[in-house]
Amino acid sequence: MFERTEDQQAMVAMVRDFAGGAISPHSAYWDETKHFPVDVLREAGTLGMGGIYVSEEYGGSGLTRTDAVLIFEELAKADPTIAAYISIHNMVVWMIDAFGNAVQRANWVPQLASMEALGSYCLTEPGAGSDAAALSTQAVRDGDDYVLNGTKQFISGAGAAGFYLVMARTADTGSHGITAIVVPANLQGLSFGPNEKKMGWNAQPTRQVIFEDVRVPVANRLGAEGSGFGIAMKGLNGGRINIAACSLGGGQAALDKSIAYLKERTAFGGTLISKQALLFEIADMDTELETARTLVLRAAEALDRGAADTVRLCAMAKRVATDAGFNVANKALQLHGGYGYLAEYGLEKIVRDLRVHQILEGSNEIMRLIVGRLAVED
Amino acid sequence: MKIVVLVKQVPDTAEERKLDLTTGLLDRDAGDSVVDEINERALEVALRVKDANKSTEVVVMTMGPDGATQALRKALSMGADSGVHILDDSLAGADTKRTAAALAAGLKVTGFDIVLAGNESTDGRGGVVPAMVAEHLALPLLGSLVSAEITEGAVRGVRQGEGGTLNVHAALPAIVTVTESSAEARFPNFKGILTAKRKPVTTLSVADLGSADLGSAELGGAGLTGFGPGADARVGSTVIVSTTERTARAAGRKIVDDGTAATELAEFLVANRLV
Repeated sequence: MFERTEDQQAMVAMVRDFAGGAISPHSAYWDETKHFPVDVLREAGTLGMGGIYVSEEYGGSGLTRTDAVLIFEELAKADPTIAAYISIHNMVVWMIDAFGNAVQRANWVPQLASMEALGSYCLTEPGAGSDAAALSTQAVRDGDDYVLNGTKQFISGAGAAGFYLVMARTADTGSHGITAIVVPANLQGLSFGPNEKKMGWNAQPTRQVIFEDVRVPVANRLGAEGSGFGIAMKGLNGGRINIAACSLGGGQAALDKSIAYLKERTAFGGTLISKQALLFEIADMDTELETARTLVLRAAEALDRGAADTVRLCAMAKRVATDAGFNVANKALQLHGGYGYLAEYGLEKIVRDLRVHQILEGSNEIMRLIVGRLAVED
Repeated sequence: MKIVVLVKQVPDTAEERKLDLTTGLLDRDAGDSVVDEINERALEVALRVKDANKSTEVVVMTMGPDGATQALRKALSMGADSGVHILDDSLAGADTKRTAAALAAGLKVTGFDIVLAGNESTDGRGGVVPAMVAEHLALPLLGSLVSAEITEGAVRGVRQGEGGTLNVHAALPAIVTVTESSAEARFPNFKGILTAKRKPVTTLSVADLGSADLGSAELGGAGLTGFGPGADARVGSTVIVSTTERTARAAGRKIVDDGTAATELAEFLVANRLV
């Protein structure tokens, strides 16, 4: 389970080579200028990163969830923001491939898996975040169409994506009245809010997605009416361990920078790494990341196997790894002293980027709610 | 069309590269081994021909120890169709002359319309093997091209030198080498990595090469770019007289500007032929 196969080593090496040339040299500039590098995402798509754990039938790479978390960790070492967007895109493509019919899959998966078209996941609303089942975007059946009205909040890729996977209310029956609908970007009545000003994740756009009498063919519905909440949650199981892996990558990059810095920087007559207090910090950071990595791989293996405790393990892994990644990055910033606070050294960006991983894909409080409820369930 | 690309496994240039001072051979344990980047560029030239015409067959050939299979797998993951591994203990430590003879013999076995290679390896940097292969096969060599256009029956390319640009061409079969200015190599995609394992790799021993004039194992001297710890010192015809470690760098001279620094700097640059 923990030994990487030759294929996994080769895939991770490829991702490292790709990200080292196409992503990391530009990531500070993209962050500063809020540039969403669609061209680089297309290139990632040609390498198979647009449908990592999507079946090969319509152009996915057909890899395992374990492969995926190794890939996301490596991508995030170069840039957590880009890695995280690719993770969200993969979640959308997988949902369409897993729950779509043959026609839908044939129409949408090839262009999404190649990242010629990007995907956005639209669940959260201005008034419904953690309590997602309370969402209020309406989809009213009218002949062969649904008519959509409502607003989605904090949508990654909005404005740039070609397809929006929208969870909308088709009946007033709580989580059972939610339906998943694929909305192409070119439909009349679809518009977007301004690009949000954020603490981090600047290299991907975050906007509201606004539906005003958007007519979507019923043929764009994923699965049965009322099955949308379950589809959304199944997508999130994978989404959670992928975002967890992105935190591991960011944290690992921060740790690697810290080790290099402490070896080089001198104070009080020696290198910083010769101070035991700081060496212990490194030990704690390394241990915290490895502990989290172990749990993420365990959750990925459970998801691959379809194990009964998948939801529990994915929630635990998401919480532990996103906390670990942020803590390690924050400690790394402290170890760099004043330089950690300067943009030029790259630490503060990692801290800003990883902070949101504790909030999204289900906040870490919701992860505790999931784990707690399952723990006390009869 | 059948294109054979010659590839070599070399130490990663990003890591420390060391010679074993007792054998004079490369210390393969000092760092990771990778496909020479220049060979990836040669492969890219071949793969672009294949992109345009799917009936093109791209074969990658290497000579090296067991571990060199990894270099072939990398090339296969990028899109080559099959691999040929010239593997024989008696070739350990082979110098450029012997390597060229073995590769030429291997090429006779596989057959080809055109052979592509890098202009020089990043480790040995001899830059002579492709020319020697061309001599063995009595074929034209189009060396050090910055671009190559391969069509049925012919190859055209551009060679840039300090003195000017040459447009060269030859009828096939021919041997072509490319420089680091040629097409940037693609990354293997995930599918390529997964299917590389299933692609055929043929192993050729010296006996399989049949012929040939692979040089005598009795000649003295270890190979300059030979491979393998424990390589036999008798297998090459190149004689290595001695191997020493690079001397540690000493501190340079500091020029303090008392008004003549510019002159002193200029004199230093001229004296060391740096301008």
